[in-house]
Amino acid sequence: MTTIRTISFDGVIVGGGGAGMRAALQLSQSGYKTAVISKVFPTRSHTVSAQGGITCAIASADPNDDWRWHMYDTVKGSDYIGDQDAIEYMCSVGPEAIFELDHMGLPFSRTEEGRIYQRPFGGQSKNFGEGGQAARTCAAADRTGHALLHTLYQGNMKNNTVFFNEWYATDLIKNQDGAITGVIAICIETGEVVHVKSKATVLATGGAGRIYASTTNAHINTGDGVGMALRAGVPVQDIEMWQFHPTGIAGAGVLVTEGCRGEGGYLVNKDGERFMERYAPNAKDLAGRDVVARSMTLEILEGRGCGPEGDHVFLKLDHLGEEVLESRLPGICELSRTFAHADPVKEPVPVVPTCHYMMGGIPTNVDGQAITVDADGNDQVIPGLYACGEVACVSVHGANRLGGNSLLDLVVFGRSAGLHIEKSLREGVDLKDATDDEIAKAASRLTNLNNTSGGESVAELRKELQTIMQNHFGVFRRGDYMQEGIKKLAELRPRIENAYLEDKSNAYNTARIEALELHNLFEVAEATAIAAEERKESRGAHAREDFEDRDDENWLCHSMYFPGEKRIGKRSVNFEPKTVDTFEPKVRTY
Amino acid sequence: MLKVSIYRYNPETDAEPYMQDLEVDTGGKDLMVLDVLELIKAKDTTVVYRRSCREGVCGSDGMNINGKNGLACIIPLSEALSGSSKLVLRPLPGLPVIRDLIVDMSMFYKQYEKVKPYLINNTPAPAIERLQSPEEREKLDGLYECILCACCSTACPSFWWNPERFIGPSGLLQAYRFLADSRDTATEQRLAELDDPFSVFRCHGIQNCVNVCPKGLNPTKAIGHIRNMLLTSAT
Repeated sequence: MTTIRTISFDGVIVGGGGAGMRAALQLSQSGYKTAVISKVFPTRSHTVSAQGGITCAIASADPNDDWRWHMYDTVKGSDYIGDQDAIEYMCSVGPEAIFELDHMGLPFSRTEEGRIYQRPFGGQSKNFGEGGQAARTCAAADRTGHALLHTLYQGNMKNNTVFFNEWYATDLIKNQDGAITGVIAICIETGEVVHVKSKATVLATGGAGRIYASTTNAHINTGDGVGMALRAGVPVQDIEMWQFHPTGIAGAGVLVTEGCRGEGGYLVNKDGERFMERYAPNAKDLAGRDVVARSMTLEILEGRGCGPEGDHVFLKLDHLGEEVLESRLPGICELSRTFAHADPVKEPVPVVPTCHYMMGGIPTNVDGQAITVDADGNDQVIPGLYACGEVACVSVHGANRLGGNSLLDLVVFGRSAGLHIEKSLREGVDLKDATDDEIAKAASRLTNLNNTSGGESVAELRKELQTIMQNHFGVFRRGDYMQEGIKKLAELRPRIENAYLEDKSNAYNTARIEALELHNLFEVAEATAIAAEERKESRGAHAREDFEDRDDENWLCHSMYFPGEKRIGKRSVNFEPKTVDTFEPKVRTY
Repeated sequence: MLKVSIYRYNPETDAEPYMQDLEVDTGGKDLMVLDVLELIKAKDTTVVYRRSCREGVCGSDGMNINGKNGLACIIPLSEALSGSSKLVLRPLPGLPVIRDLIVDMSMFYKQYEKVKPYLINNTPAPAIERLQSPEEREKLDGLYECILCACCSTACPSFWWNPERFIGPSGLLQAYRFLADSRDTATEQRLAELDDPFSVFRCHGIQNCVNVCPKGLNPTKAIGHIRNMLLTSAT
């Protein structure tokens, strides 16, 4: 191949969403030469769609609030496979990270005291589950993600971060020591391919909800970071754990925030019954998302769904009154009118559980360093590689993420990755340069795609993949059905690897990008399928009809999917927080 | 079958742009314009456009739809056609076209950056948030929600004529968003940087920006506030 241009940085961040931009900001502020590679202009990243808020014990709504209560809720929410050292870090450092965002200009909603407004969200409690519902989710109306993402972009602008906007990273470059030394990236506008060399490479590529046919996720959420990691031999953790959000608008998939229920909305079935009272007598509509999503699915399966097909339930909001709806949930009113043709002021919104969030991802420590496990089962840091945000699995979400914790995760761990890179750079990073062969190897997928002369359509194959995942790996799962899904995926792999790129042009060729994205979607889907079949229990979002109970004896652990041999291994969950006592696993009820 | 006319231009193969006529099977549904584009792309992968969130919050898919700027993902066919028998899709006007419906937004972003769209406050930050009353915060409503889709600026004749010197409605909306923020202390500096015949005063109150904003924001009103602040600070 012809030699490609090399550009060098101290730190390169792949992904311009909340996590990537928070990491970039940290590095830029310290004066290191930092670049963000983003396939869209950063404010178009999916963080922008986050609505309800960012959960954190800043003690505004309740002056006695305590981050330890937030930690308890998060550990419980995770169904006990969240790492307690990481959750401790997130919940205790959180307030500092939130105040920084305010100082940066984030337009949070306010209380009469002038402090940040906090609303109730699912799975939140006071006093370790004993003190009733907490209001801990900091909000900017119902546009918190938008406000956060724009603020972070503005902060990076102020600190002169270099942005490669509408550039697409295709693969990681790995040197002879197994260290990551940068990425291959393509400029979407011109088609130029470059070698981006860096002493630290941060994957902040977000989720992959587009593996499912019905998802709240943006078109761009194609699991690029997971695909890149798996192709480079990096394992992924707990990838079977997918959150189905209770309230996606039926048909459209568009999200309506849990904040609707936080502000007093509730779900009803076709009989008008507030059915969550039966499933979660205490927390009701504000139980964990996995619990609510399953309850809704059961209502629908048992014939109590709404609409002519009985395929959804209703979210009732009209009793909150126009004033509350327009001031607290203006974005929801807009979305509901546009996508559900329902005005929440007057009528209920048709909703259905919809794929929303990838709890699993690239395993990291609290410093954002990517981790693999050696033959003896010991954690090994992968030199040069970091991950933060949804693509990472620290793990603070375990088997089920609490609403409002994803924004906190991406801010806290984007920041901590930045801090760690800064420290490493100060101490001196010495990675062997990748050889021309190693660079060519990383570029080979792109080269092969550009040389295709036949094969199937990307759009058709993508649809097929999404249908398999939707049908075989949804809210409820069953062994035989998953095995069938795995077989279908195995047949699909060669067809996707040989998908046809008909348009070979260079200028803004989105067909090329979509083909590369499809490879990544497939990698995520296959890892999900194999891990889901292997975990023979029900925990958090992973609900099996053939193994209905949680099995702490065998599965109180992380699953690790190793791409080479497509093998599932186990990794211990951390039960050793530094400043508080361990939260021991208990039966999880709401 | 829906008749669609779509602006095509590939710099590598086309000497000049042209309108391509197509027919799309919508199954009789009142699809969003973006859904129609997705159906077209599934058949002809060479058609290009930007898209991401598909719910009107990321601002990627601003385009000119039957003569009016808007976001393809939240405009249903019934609204786009409003009586017409053909869906006509063109890139946002006034900016250079890269390919098909994709415009080069550099000039738009440059004007945004020019207003220093970030909080400036050099007083030491408190250990908690900077306090702001609900009334002070309310001043930011209708300003911070901008999604940078460029529908407004590319509908503005003043921006068409002076894209390098007139900030444009979107940039000015953001300029006022920081002027209006009780936590920001750089009001004088911000006003001084806007105080020339072009940056603000090229707005002639045509209000195209208000008519097309997909988020229902009112840049003209914000520009009016900036004018008043400039005039007051001058006296």
